[in-house]
Amino acid sequence: MKFTLSWLKEHLDTQADLDTVSKTLTSVGLEVEGIEDRAKTYAPFKTAKVVSAERHPDADKLQVLMVDPGDGKHLQVVCGAPNARAGMVGVFAPEGSYIPGLDVTLKKSKIRGVESNGMMVSEREMMLSDEHKGIIDLPADTPIGVPMAPLFGLDDPVIEINLTPNRADCAGIRGIARDLAAKGLGTLKPLTIPSIKDDFKTPIGVDIKDTKACPQFLGRLIKGVKNGPSPEWLQTRLKSIGLRPISVLVDITNYFTIGLNRPLHVFDADKIKGNIHVRLSTKGETLSALNDKTYELADGMTVVCDDSGVLGLGGIVGGTFTGVSETTTNVYLECAFFDSVRTAMTGRALQINSDARYRFERGIDPAFLEDGVALATKMIIDLCGGSAGSVVNAGAQSAWKREIAFNPDQTEKLAGIHLSHQEQHHILLALGFTVDAHNMIPWKVTPPSWRPDIEGSADLVEEVTRIHGFDSILAVSMKRDSAMTQSAMSLDLERRVDTRRALAARGLNEAITWSFMKSDQAVSFEAVPMNDNKRASLTLTNAISSEMDRMRPSVLPNLLQAAQRNADRGFPNAALFEIGPVFNGTDPSEQFFAASGIRHGAMGERDWSSKDAHRAVSAYDAKADALAALEACGMAATKVQITTDAPSYYHPGRSATIRQGKEILGWFGEIHPSALEVLDVKGPACGFEVFLSKIPAPKKTGTAKTLLKPSAFQPISRDFAFIVNEDVAADSIIRTAAGVSRELVERIEVFDVYAGKGMEPGKKSVAITVILQPREKTLTDAEIEGIGSSIVKAVAEKTGATLRS
Amino acid sequence: MSAVAHLQSELETKISAANDLDTLEKIRVEALGKKGAITALMSNLGGMQPEERKSFGAEVNKLKDNVSRLLEEKFTTLKAGAISARLEKEKLDMTLPVSTGAKGKIHPISQTIDEMIAIFADMGFTVAEGPDVEDDFHNFTALNFPPEHPARAMHDTFYLPDAEGKTGLDAKRLLRTHTSTVQVRTMQNQKPPIRIIIPGRTYRSDYDMTHTPMFHQLEGLVIDKNTHMGHLKGCLIDFCKAFFGVDELPTRFRPSFFPFTEPSAEMDIGCDRSGGGLKIGAGSGWLEILGCGMVHPNVLKNCGIDPNEYQGFAFGMGIERVAMLKYGIPDLRTFFEGDTRWLEHYGFDPLDRPNLATGL
Repeated sequence: MKFTLSWLKEHLDTQADLDTVSKTLTSVGLEVEGIEDRAKTYAPFKTAKVVSAERHPDADKLQVLMVDPGDGKHLQVVCGAPNARAGMVGVFAPEGSYIPGLDVTLKKSKIRGVESNGMMVSEREMMLSDEHKGIIDLPADTPIGVPMAPLFGLDDPVIEINLTPNRADCAGIRGIARDLAAKGLGTLKPLTIPSIKDDFKTPIGVDIKDTKACPQFLGRLIKGVKNGPSPEWLQTRLKSIGLRPISVLVDITNYFTIGLNRPLHVFDADKIKGNIHVRLSTKGETLSALNDKTYELADGMTVVCDDSGVLGLGGIVGGTFTGVSETTTNVYLECAFFDSVRTAMTGRALQINSDARYRFERGIDPAFLEDGVALATKMIIDLCGGSAGSVVNAGAQSAWKREIAFNPDQTEKLAGIHLSHQEQHHILLALGFTVDAHNMIPWKVTPPSWRPDIEGSADLVEEVTRIHGFDSILAVSMKRDSAMTQSAMSLDLERRVDTRRALAARGLNEAITWSFMKSDQAVSFEAVPMNDNKRASLTLTNAISSEMDRMRPSVLPNLLQAAQRNADRGFPNAALFEIGPVFNGTDPSEQFFAASGIRHGAMGERDWSSKDAHRAVSAYDAKADALAALEACGMAATKVQITTDAPSYYHPGRSATIRQGKEILGWFGEIHPSALEVLDVKGPACGFEVFLSKIPAPKKTGTAKTLLKPSAFQPISRDFAFIVNEDVAADSIIRTAAGVSRELVERIEVFDVYAGKGMEPGKKSVAITVILQPREKTLTDAEIEGIGSSIVKAVAEKTGATLRS
Repeated sequence: MSAVAHLQSELETKISAANDLDTLEKIRVEALGKKGAITALMSNLGGMQPEERKSFGAEVNKLKDNVSRLLEEKFTTLKAGAISARLEKEKLDMTLPVSTGAKGKIHPISQTIDEMIAIFADMGFTVAEGPDVEDDFHNFTALNFPPEHPARAMHDTFYLPDAEGKTGLDAKRLLRTHTSTVQVRTMQNQKPPIRIIIPGRTYRSDYDMTHTPMFHQLEGLVIDKNTHMGHLKGCLIDFCKAFFGVDELPTRFRPSFFPFTEPSAEMDIGCDRSGGGLKIGAGSGWLEILGCGMVHPNVLKNCGIDPNEYQGFAFGMGIERVAMLKYGIPDLRTFFEGDTRWLEHYGFDPLDRPNLATGL
């Protein structure tokens, strides 16, 4: 919402300067977004008289002027303008001033050997127009030495406020003035409603078909007007806020829209056929609108029609056919009240943003129709002549009166400021509220007709508090109710926080990617393939693009594509993770967090010390990441089971599921080459997904750790190399060996896996170290031997292994 | 020359000439070993007269002491020489690069959320969370958005197909446009007093220089019997000072409008734009930082809380925005690109876990 300071002062009697007005606007909730104070920009430039003009001694096209800037001194100025001549009055820019049109600051200079002190400027140099044929040539009687800004109507600062949607009333300058007056910045000037004599009966009747869409419609014929350009002052008003003057009749409607928040419409009465009908549109009707566009209407839009058809969209835009022009002599004035919701929906559907829509959809004053017509009629007759017909008043004033019970003590309870009842009463009255106090609490408060936003007592607290000032609310620090005996985070959140740090410490960068992805690609990343209904339920109906139209079933695709983008930019081998939501359905229980990560291309840097420092990523890297994520949540790697049944987007032979009992804790492995192809990602790539919330909560309560019981006896280790069939899982060897003596076997390390030369085809060697930890006494050689042979026997029975000789 | 003096001179010469530890050891054995020369002299003592034994014994003892001392001195010298000689051979090029192990970075959004949690936890807040896919009730209706509110229009909200078996607004499924949905869920399920913050992903269908279709919010909610706007100001001023690490941070609360709060305010913090950059703190400018207000009575009612008994405040801020301001990150859209150069540059060390003790 834009307005100028002088337009504001049409409604507000105030001595306040621009800065005070600006600060006050923001303090009452009318946030100033910008101020264009052109008087300041043009302050250095004043009118000056060219006393003499002589040919420059060294240049044909230059003249040497003596300029009187109004102080009697004569300054020498070199000038190239052909229209410069002795006796003319123009605008002088002194040295040191900034010339907006040239983007330079003037310095004293010598032009072809002649000193020049400042310049006489053109309109283009002052950014007033594109005129640059000569310097500004003012009427000869223009006083010299006066600032140029008022002469060009540039001394009126333009203020733009960010109007919140609740403040319908401040879509008019008068509403803004009222707020400022309530704040004590001046007084609201009275609005005198003229009484207009009806010279004849308006012959055009009005009938409203849908009184919900249009509760009230006033029409009046004014005959014998003369339309043409508006007077200068009105044009300046409109131009200053960026509106184009059109003709005096149209300009008057804009003047009322902006000034009084009273949108009006003027028809060329001679083009109206029969009577006015306000009804809802039917699909297929069209309107050629005043904004030079033609609209195809849908069902249920409010239209103003005559007997021949649609003339305009109520509250939004008029039609070209009945628009006023230079030749209009009889004008039909419309002043109506249109429903805000329907106006908003229609405007949105047709994508029409007009000043009228802006106001009707916020809600204009339902009690300001009769007065609005009277004021507008007077202005039309004053500026265009003519005589007024009677007012046709269809429908009835939309009900707006409501009483709110208000206990003024609520202000202190809710806002935390103490304001006397008298002060509160005073503020409400100044804002136009009616307060029935009579020493009774609660008060009965009736909001003014222009405040549809006021619903209850909390709104009244806000009114009183915002006018008094939020600054006067004393800040009170919030203290904890108790010592911090509980974590501020849920177990699930703590796990995510810990896992995030653990994964980053392992060399993966944390990324945050969209929660959505391309639906075509998403189908390849469903852990359990979904049916079409399920897929549809997770697909956005109004996606921004097909690249992000489906809620992701997995984080991996977004990470893989990010890795490929990095590679495409010349930064391969990305290691990325994200702990974010995945969606198996729309129910809250089907949305959960997955800690997911990928490694793309190769691991590590090439290094002189190790041939293996830089190598292709493998499923084992993903396994290590996944187990590290689990360990960050207190889930030991030894407590989980690994089964080879990961989802189909993993490599079938190089991936696995991490389980604890029946619960799936996650997956890891190489990404399936076909899945990479779907994403247009070049492999190799491995990844993992871990569902932290599936990890059982620790049973332990309290803070004490279990007692450490270190053994007094040295651990012993024994190595075994088993030859097994290639498909035997190392895990079964380890578990079987460990099962021989749960008491003594501390841990088992796999230190070599070998297949190939020297090994029978289809066989492999798995070498393990078993670390025994005696607890009660030192083991004898015979005892150690015994355990060793038990291990060999058990593993042979379980896996068919033979001991490698 | 006596035999003793002769032996001493002989041994002195040998010790002095020895140039490795093995030779020295041999000399030691020859002199002081079981069959050594000095040991042999000592064994002669038994057959001597007392007078002679006394003087000879003293002489031999002196010899033994002298030789032992010389041996030890030589040993120390030779040992030092031997170590030097070994070390001389054991040179490595210490300028060769080594790997310190790769370390990734924490995304600025996560770091910022952790910082916010640390500050608010100290004020007694706990963290609440909720689903991203929501329904109309939790995102709009409960929060006092009239059914025709423009924010419900296609323009701002991402919608999913209507829920089966439901009609009208009840059937609407959408991506939450703010984390206020969790305020609603918490109020429905928890009796006041309530003091929560809600970080999380939010979605609006906007994509340009300053909007991304997904972004993050942190909202807060306090409901009890006596919390008023003074507390709202205190809480948020304290937060902003701690978060931006500026003690003398100018703050300003402006009346504003949100459907779910009454009175409503926007909070600005002071900034200095002189010199081209942007510095949070005292200066001539203001930066809008968050929206807040006292929870609208209709919202309390919609969530089953009696507005005549309870009141409180709510606030919400964009996490990307405050992270950009605090850490000088210029472009919103880069947050979600997963560019490793960006992550490594703007990200945080995983060991840098925000806490109040070290400041934020």
